[in-house]
Amino acid sequence: MSSVATTEPILTPAKSTPIRARLQNVLPQIVLAPSFAITVVFVYGFIAWTAYLSFTNSKTFPSYALTGARAYQRLWRWTFESDPPSSWYTSITNMAIFGFLYVGICLALGLFLAILMDQKIRGEGVLRPIFLYPMALSFIVTGVAWKWFLDPGLGLEQTLHHFGWTSFHFDWIKNKDYVIYTVVIAGVWQASGFVMAMFLAGLRGIDSEIMKAAQIDGATTGQLYRRIIIPLLRPVFLSAFIVLAHMAIKSYDLVVALTSGGPGGSAWLPSNFMYEYTFKRNEMAVGSASAIIMLMTISAIIVPYLYSELKEKAR
Amino acid sequence: MRKLMTSTAIAALALSGLALTGLTTTAGAADKEVQMLHWWTSGGEAAALNVLKQDLAKEGYAWKDVPVAGGGGDAAMTALKAMVAAGNYPTASQMLGYTVLDYAQAGVMGDLTEAAKKEGWDKAVPAALQKFSVYEGKWVAAPVNVHSVNWLWINKAVMDKIGGTQPKTFEELIALLDKAKAAGVTPLALGGQSWQEATMFDSIVESTGGPEFYKKAFNDLDEASLKSDTMKKAFDNLATIVKYVDPNYSGRDWNLATAMVIKGDALVQVMGDWAKGEFVAAKKKPDTDFLCYRFPGTEGSVIYNSDMFGMFNVPKDRKAAQVALATATLSKSFQSAFNVVKGSVPARTDVPDTAFDACGKKGIADLKAANEKGTLFGSLAQGYGAPPAIANAYKDVVSKFVHGQIKTSEEAVTQLVQAIDDAR
Amino acid sequence: MSAAALSHGQNNRWIGRIAIYGLLILFAILYLMPLFVMLVTSFKTMDEIQNGNMLSLPQAPTIDPWLKAWGETCVGLTCAGIKGYFWNSLKMVVPAVAISTILGALNGYVLTKWRFPGHTLVFGLMLFACFIPFQSVLLPMATILGSLGRLGVTLQDQVGLSFGLGNPTVNLVIVHVIYGLGFTTLFFRNYYEAFPNELVRAAQVDGASFFQIFRRIMLPNSLPIIVVTVIYQFTNIWNDFLFASAYAGSGESMPMTVALNNVVNTSTGVVEYNVNMAAAMIAAMPTLLVYIVAGRYFVRGLMAGAVKG
Repeated sequence: MSSVATTEPILTPAKSTPIRARLQNVLPQIVLAPSFAITVVFVYGFIAWTAYLSFTNSKTFPSYALTGARAYQRLWRWTFESDPPSSWYTSITNMAIFGFLYVGICLALGLFLAILMDQKIRGEGVLRPIFLYPMALSFIVTGVAWKWFLDPGLGLEQTLHHFGWTSFHFDWIKNKDYVIYTVVIAGVWQASGFVMAMFLAGLRGIDSEIMKAAQIDGATTGQLYRRIIIPLLRPVFLSAFIVLAHMAIKSYDLVVALTSGGPGGSAWLPSNFMYEYTFKRNEMAVGSASAIIMLMTISAIIVPYLYSELKEKAR
Repeated sequence: MRKLMTSTAIAALALSGLALTGLTTTAGAADKEVQMLHWWTSGGEAAALNVLKQDLAKEGYAWKDVPVAGGGGDAAMTALKAMVAAGNYPTASQMLGYTVLDYAQAGVMGDLTEAAKKEGWDKAVPAALQKFSVYEGKWVAAPVNVHSVNWLWINKAVMDKIGGTQPKTFEELIALLDKAKAAGVTPLALGGQSWQEATMFDSIVESTGGPEFYKKAFNDLDEASLKSDTMKKAFDNLATIVKYVDPNYSGRDWNLATAMVIKGDALVQVMGDWAKGEFVAAKKKPDTDFLCYRFPGTEGSVIYNSDMFGMFNVPKDRKAAQVALATATLSKSFQSAFNVVKGSVPARTDVPDTAFDACGKKGIADLKAANEKGTLFGSLAQGYGAPPAIANAYKDVVSKFVHGQIKTSEEAVTQLVQAIDDAR
Repeated sequence: MSAAALSHGQNNRWIGRIAIYGLLILFAILYLMPLFVMLVTSFKTMDEIQNGNMLSLPQAPTIDPWLKAWGETCVGLTCAGIKGYFWNSLKMVVPAVAISTILGALNGYVLTKWRFPGHTLVFGLMLFACFIPFQSVLLPMATILGSLGRLGVTLQDQVGLSFGLGNPTVNLVIVHVIYGLGFTTLFFRNYYEAFPNELVRAAQVDGASFFQIFRRIMLPNSLPIIVVTVIYQFTNIWNDFLFASAYAGSGESMPMTVALNNVVNTSTGVVEYNVNMAAAMIAAMPTLLVYIVAGRYFVRGLMAGAVKG
C-alpha cells in the first residue's frame, strides 16, 4: 500500500481504568459480532442446508432422507455432454464467456469513464446519472427495449437499412452461437455505470497531496495513473470485482428478459439452470447440487484472489 | 479472535433460538376474506378474474389479491412455495395440473368434496380434468377453464388472396404454406421460444401418429412409442414446418407472432386459444377477419391445458370463504362470463354456449365431443401430459432440434428418451 | 490531477479537453439509446407501436400511456395504477438501506482500524457470503420468517406488542439487511483501508473513544463511499423481485417492483408496451432521484490537509 496508509501497526486500545479498558478492548468485536453471527447463520447455515439437500431426493419440496450423490452424478455426466449440448454444459460454458467479458469490460470501461469524469469537467452532474440510470430501471422492461433494439427486423439493423446502409447485418440475438454476447452487451450497459461510480469514489478518496507531489516530480499523466493512482485503487478493484462477479453469477433476469433463454436454450447461465431445476422443474436436489458446484467454483476463483489481496495488505 | 468467537456464538444462538420458537399459533386472517394468489395481472385476464371478485362481493366476501406475474406462473409458484414454507396458506392459488397433485401429496390442500357433491362437479367436469382436481377421492381444486392448443389461427384476407382452403392433412397444410410463400407472405408465424415450439409440436405429434399414439407417448410416456419411427416422423414433420418461418423468428414473443397474422404479414400461427384474445383486442371477428381451424389431423380431439384454483387446507374459520370461492368458480354463470373474456372454454361441459363467438362455440362442442370419445389429452408442452421435470426436458429437446443443436430426428428421439428417463 | 495541468501548451490543452468531452458525450449517447427507445415508445399509441419502426419518433405523441401507468393500469385486480406502491417500497427501502449502511460502516471501521487476530478470515467469510444464490435462501428464510411471524402473534397475545414480527415490510427489511451486509462491509472496509491510521491514532491519544472516533473522524470523511453504498443498496433493494414477491406479494404491502412486474408481465394477455415503458420509468424515478441527489456528494479532498496536520 501507499506510504500514507500503511496499516501495519494495528491500533490497540488505550490502557486506562481496568473495567473501562476491558470494555474498550472488546467493544470493536462486540460491534462486529452480530453481523458476523448473522452471516454465519443465514449464509453458511443455509449453504449447509443446500448442500444437505443436494444429497437427498428432494423434488418439489425439501425432503430430508439422504439418498446419495445422484444429483452430482447427473451434473457430472452433463458436464461432458457437448454434442448436443446439455443445458448444464451450455450454462457453464456461457458462464465462462459471460463472466470473463462482463467483469473485464465493466472494470475497464468503469475505470476509463471514472478517469474521464475526474478531469475537472463541466456537467459532471448531468453525465453521472446518464451512466448510472441503467441500474435504476427494472430489467423486465429494459430487457424488452434491448430485445427490440437488437432484433434485426425491428431495431438497429432495420433502421440502418432504412437510412441506406443495407449491407449492415447484426443478428447475434437470433444466433445460438452469439446470443450470449448480446447478454454481455446489455449486462455491461447495466452495470458499468455503477463501477464508474465506485472508481470515482475511490479517486475522490485519494489524497490530492500525493498527486501533487508526483506532478511536481515531473510525472506525466500516464505515469501518474499507471504508477500511483491505479495501484492506490486496488481496494476499489476488489470491491468492484466482487460486486461484478456476484452480479455475473446472479444474472438470471437479464437472460430471461433479453433472450427468453436463447435459441434452444443457448443463452442459459448457471443461475437460470439453478432456478429452473429448483423451482420450475421441481428437481430441488439437482438445483441444490448445481448451487453447491457454483459456490465451489466461485471459491476456487475468489479465495486465491482474496488471499493475495488481504495477505498483502496485512503485511 | 476468541472474544469475537464467543460474542458470535452467543448472538448466533440467540438468533437460532428466535427462529425456532413460536411454532404454536398461526396467523389469524379475517374469516370473511378470500386470499388469492394468481398471475392474471393485466388487461383482459384481470378483467376476467374481476368477475369472480364481484360475484364473491355479492355474497359478502372480501377479496385479498396476491398477484405475482412472470414466467407464465413460475414466479407465482415460487412465491407459493415460500408462503407454504412459512406456513401462511392462501385461501386458494391459481395452479397448473401436476403442481396441484404435488401440493396435495404434501398434505397442504383442503377438501371440497362436500361442495362438489352438492354442486354435481363429478358429472359436469370432464374426467381428464378430474385427474388433477381430485386427489385420493377428495376435490382439492376448482378448474376454471379449458384451453386447447391444437388450433390454427389464420388471416382470412391472406387466405382468400392465395385461394387457400382449410387443410385436412399435414401435407395439405404444407401445400397451403407453399402457396403463401409463393405469394410473398411469411407462411408460418412462430415465436422461437421453447414453450411455443413444443406447443406446436404437441399438435404435430398427434397429427402424425393419431390420438392413440399421442396419448401413449405424451401422457403415458410409453418408451416404445417415444422412440418409435412415428416419433421420428413427427420430428421430421417439425423440421419441414419450421422451414416456413421468417428469419427473425427466434426468441419472438407469442403475441408478436400473433400480431404478424393479425396484420397479414403472416398466414398462420399454431397456438393455444389465448391467441384469440389478441385478435379480439385488435377488433377482429372470427370468420370475417380470421379463421380458427383445428390443426389438420387432430380434428375431433382436444389437446388441453387448464387453469385451476388449488384450495389450501385453511383453518376452520376461513373454510366458509373457501367453499364460497370454489362454488362461485364452478358456477355456470361465472364459467361463461370468464371464458368469453379469456378466450378459453368452460371447464364444465353443461354451460350454454350462447355468449361465445364462433371459435368459442366450436371449442365448446369439440371439448364435449372429445370428452365423450375419450380424446381429451393433456398437453405435454403445457404441463398437463407429465410432471414439470419431464415436460421441461421435452421442451429442451424440441427447442434444441428446432435451433439445430440436435441435428437429426434419430438423435432427437434418443435425446427425448434419455431426457425423460433422467427426469423420471 | 487534470490532464491540462500537465500539458505543454494551450493547443495540447485544447485537444485534450476536446477528446475528453468527445469521449464522454459519445458514451453518454450510447448509454442513452435504450432509454430513447423506451421514451419514444411510451409516447406512442399501440397502433403505431405495432405498425411503425421502434426507433422512429412518435407521429402523434400522446401522454395517455403515462397517465394510465400512473393512475389506471391494473396491478392484479386493483386498477389504480402504480402510484400507490411507492410508499410500500419506501418504507421498506429506507430502513433497510440505513441499517445496512450503518452496520457496514461500523464493520469496515472495526476491520481496518481495530484489527484483531483473525480479522482477515472474518472479512473473507463475510465477503464470500455475497455469493450465496438467493434462490437457495428463499425457502429456509421463509420458514424462519414464518416462525418469527408466529412468535409475533404470540407476543401480541401475551405482551400486547408484536415488535413488527410477521409484518411483510419488516420481514423484507430483515432479509435485505442480512444479505446486504456483505456488500456494505466490503465497500467500507476497502475504503477505510486507504484511510490514514495516523488520524485515528492521534484521536485515540487525545482520549477519544471507539464511537467518538467513528462519529467525528471516520463518518465525516466517508461521503463518497456512503454515496456508493447508498446507491448500491437502494438500487438493489428497490429492484428486488424474488424476495419481495415471495414474502410481500399481497396488495397492501406489495413493493413497487412487484407491482411493476404485475403490470408488465403477462402470460396469455395483451401486452401494452407503451404503458409498460411509462410504468418502468415512473417506477425508477426514486432511484434516479437518489443518483442525482447522492451524486452531488462525490466530492474530493475531504481529507486534504488533515493527514499531515
